[in-house]
Amino acid sequence: MPDPALAVSEEERTARPASLRELFIAFTVLALQGFGGVIAIAERELCERRRWLTAREFVELLGTAQVLPGPNVCNLSLMIGDRFFGWRGAAVALAGMMTAPLILMLFLAWVIALVPHDSTAHGLVRGALTGIAAVAAGQIVGTVLRLAAPLKQHPLSLGVSLSLAAAAFGMMAWLRWPLVWVLLGLGGATCLLTYAVLRRRAP
Amino acid sequence: MSAALSPAASPLAWAPEVWWELFQHFLAWSLMSIGGAITLVSDMHRRLVAEAGLLTDENFTAAIALAQAAPGPNVLFVGLIGWYSAGLGGALTSLVGVMIPSSTLALTASRWVASRRDWLGVQAFQSGMTPVTIGLLLATGWLLAPSVQHPAALLLSAAVALLVWRTKVPLMALVALGAVLGALGWV
Repeated sequence: MPDPALAVSEEERTARPASLRELFIAFTVLALQGFGGVIAIAERELCERRRWLTAREFVELLGTAQVLPGPNVCNLSLMIGDRFFGWRGAAVALAGMMTAPLILMLFLAWVIALVPHDSTAHGLVRGALTGIAAVAAGQIVGTVLRLAAPLKQHPLSLGVSLSLAAAAFGMMAWLRWPLVWVLLGLGGATCLLTYAVLRRRAP
Repeated sequence: MSAALSPAASPLAWAPEVWWELFQHFLAWSLMSIGGAITLVSDMHRRLVAEAGLLTDENFTAAIALAQAAPGPNVLFVGLIGWYSAGLGGALTSLVGVMIPSSTLALTASRWVASRRDWLGVQAFQSGMTPVTIGLLLATGWLLAPSVQHPAALLLSAAVALLVWRTKVPLMALVALGAVLGALGWV
């Protein structure tokens, strides 16, 4: 029996990419804006601006992406591309995510190697990078706050799911447990708990 | 950023045996990279810098710093490691090696999940992982945030977090603001 909440999320999503070309351009545009990580801009572009996904679908795909090996945002691109255009969409979305940034980065590495080490320019670039890093950290935290909104409809109550999020945060940020333990331990326990709740709710 | 001060391979270096070596290394690392290739940095350093001597310690560090600062997914540091080791061919073989196994698995697994959306177990997995995903992403933001020794930078992070959460201000504008404030030495 389909979860009734899924029907709601189908209604909220109003758009989809018209062509592989549009998919490629969308992922190129968002990747080139992703300084210090792509998650924040991906949420903004795909959920907010283009409305290809709801926030809830975005978090669910991200959840699957992160338990699998490989870069989370690349796994996410594959899954989103696959959803709209099958394997060709997956390949095109991933190519869009990586091609332009790779060319840009190799070009930067080449230029940096050629230009003699100028101390004024060096100081400016170092300062700018510090500023960008601070902005990148803030963008991730802001995105987390946006993505936490779908927790209100979570099968576990808002309080329980927020406590679980806080536990995951504490294990990573304070206790510095290896990610695999957190995913297997806390992730596994949370899935079992959710399963029990859904099971009881189902007729 | 002290990128590439030590000698690196020429961009158009022809080194098929190094390309093959990099390809094999990254192919093996791919399926171990839960949480991204960045979690394997210490192992990569040991094998590629300390044991094989394919690139210098300085270039290895520069690869990670440059990939963090430049736009795009952070996994591109793998391409830079290949670039410093064996030029353009090294960049491409390293990236292809690290992407093929994990992408194949991700696509297979996500299709399996998507085709069983009506299974209670799959719904429990997708919903159940959501709080954990949110907590882990918050930890990423927290670990990247400036320390309290840099209050101005921390204030900037907090202001950006608030703006991203509550408003639709373009993210690139915030990046540009951070770059300017940083270059002026204010954060």
